[in-house]
Amino acid sequence: MNLHLKLNVRALLGRAYPRIIGAQREPSWVFFEIFLPVLSIAAYVFIYYALGAPDEFVGFVILGGAMTAFWLNVLWSMAAQLYWEKEIGNLQLYMMAPMSRMSLLGGMAVGGIFMSSTRAVATIVVGVILFKGASPVFPLMLVPVFLVTLVALYGMGMMFASLYLMWGREAWHMASLMEEPIYLLSGFYFPVKALGFWVAIGASVVPITLGLDSMRQLLFPTTVAQGWHLLPVEVELAILVVLAIVFIILAKFALTGMENLARKKGGLTIRWQ
Amino acid sequence: MVKQMVYAVETKDLGRIFKRKRRLKRKERKQEPREKKKKIVVALKDVNINVNEGELFGLLGPNGAGKTTLIKILSTLLLPSEGDAWVAGYNVAKDPFEIRTRINMVSGGETSGYGLLTARENVWMFSQFYGVPSKVAKERADTLFKEFGLWEKRNQKLRTLSSGERQKMSMIRAFTTDPQIIFLDEPTLGLDVNASRVIRKFVMDWARENEGKTVLLTTHYMMEADQMCDRVAIIDKGKVLVCDTPENLKRMVKRSSTLKLEVDPLKDYSKFQDIKGIRNFSKKENPETQMAQLVFIVDDEAAVSDVVSEIMKQGKRIHELQKTEPTLEDVFVSLVGRALE
Repeated sequence: MNLHLKLNVRALLGRAYPRIIGAQREPSWVFFEIFLPVLSIAAYVFIYYALGAPDEFVGFVILGGAMTAFWLNVLWSMAAQLYWEKEIGNLQLYMMAPMSRMSLLGGMAVGGIFMSSTRAVATIVVGVILFKGASPVFPLMLVPVFLVTLVALYGMGMMFASLYLMWGREAWHMASLMEEPIYLLSGFYFPVKALGFWVAIGASVVPITLGLDSMRQLLFPTTVAQGWHLLPVEVELAILVVLAIVFIILAKFALTGMENLARKKGGLTIRWQ
Repeated sequence: MVKQMVYAVETKDLGRIFKRKRRLKRKERKQEPREKKKKIVVALKDVNINVNEGELFGLLGPNGAGKTTLIKILSTLLLPSEGDAWVAGYNVAKDPFEIRTRINMVSGGETSGYGLLTARENVWMFSQFYGVPSKVAKERADTLFKEFGLWEKRNQKLRTLSSGERQKMSMIRAFTTDPQIIFLDEPTLGLDVNASRVIRKFVMDWARENEGKTVLLTTHYMMEADQMCDRVAIIDKGKVLVCDTPENLKRMVKRSSTLKLEVDPLKDYSKFQDIKGIRNFSKKENPETQMAQLVFIVDDEAAVSDVVSEIMKQGKRIHELQKTEPTLEDVFVSLVGRALE
């Protein structure tokens, strides 16, 4: 294998390791990332029960609850990560190493996907056991839709990682600011089309909007029959592919820009400056 | 573009400035032109040093002298504002990748790593960013854990280690990648005597046993520079004042005598400047002991009686007076007229 490729594969796996191992060593996540999302799910499920909504809506809520793990991970462990790394003194060691900066972000993303997947699966299992909803189907198309959604979503997180670093302490506030509105705009617990076609299209800049809409269509085919979907799955998948490519390219530019600025001004990667 | 490697580290007229936002009142903010709203800090100015391959080179200077800024430039984290610098023959501005594959760095008081991982896992993780094969990294790390006396704690989570142990782990982290050139930025800062001794001994042994490996050490402990370094550059306010072997530097002040006095705090120290035969002097008042320590670099020993009579004239007592062999600190005092710390 080419030396550069070997270096970067090792770096990617090295950076993914703390997150993969962290998932096993911090049992407190069971409470924060399963119990709390299940509470949110419960609130929506009981509203839908009370309104006599179709059974599919319970499924929509459980799906949204599971995807919450990925959204929170992108927001707090991807976008804000470089800022935390700077604060604990790791960032300058990363920037001094010969690895590609994209393998650093890639490692964070791979580790984050692994960690969040365990939480998402746990949320689905608990949700299905506790609440009765329509039985989903699992077509093959679900696999590429899910994977492309994650790549696009984590690509966006990679891009934000550099931008948040430049915004410094505001990173925390930015993450807080984005957390709740996206639950609404991306339709985590209801078909996003309910917001109106153009609002939903605007919200599709955040990849999880289209990802969730596609997964709803694939898992619960009545979504299409009832006209609850936004766009056909094929179109949404194509847009997600474009978003994934655009976010990853922008992430590379943002990271290079951040590094150049850091070397020039000395104020980003070095903790005390 | 690689330059034919003559030195492990070379700098030519190297300078670095930082622009900081000035705190201005609202009225001033409107009136001041844009460029005046920023305060310019000169961190390095016309720095010329050459570090030979295989050398243990020291940068000695007080806090804020520019030592860390120089290390950051050499380790490709900062760009120079002026001049050039080469590490292993590569330009720091143009060939950062080539340099990064050959170097590593440890800073004093480092808090790097993840508390959730064990010390060994942290060392392995950082080695992966240099592409060291896992097996090699683990073998090297295990050898180093033994050498640093941290073998028993290698499988403990980082967050359970003391600051001295964490600093040793940072050393293991850096040496596991087997760098050609290592930058040690105040590696014993804030450590106890034992931990400092282990680190100093390891660095000296490593430099001696590994031919061609270079160490650039910054410190403000003159004893550390004296004991460890083949050559020392004394740096103050961003400028290299002098560079030579510790012996030659001390010889610079050998013609003079070093006179150390412990006295009651004086009202006026300025009178000493006018005494003939005093090359330079420093004073340090200790509020705990209520005493002042005076160090005089004296070219003519006749000046000693004038110093004593000046203290008496101010009605103060001399508690201790000694004539000592010159140290690197005396070299620093003779050059800049104040103590290192």
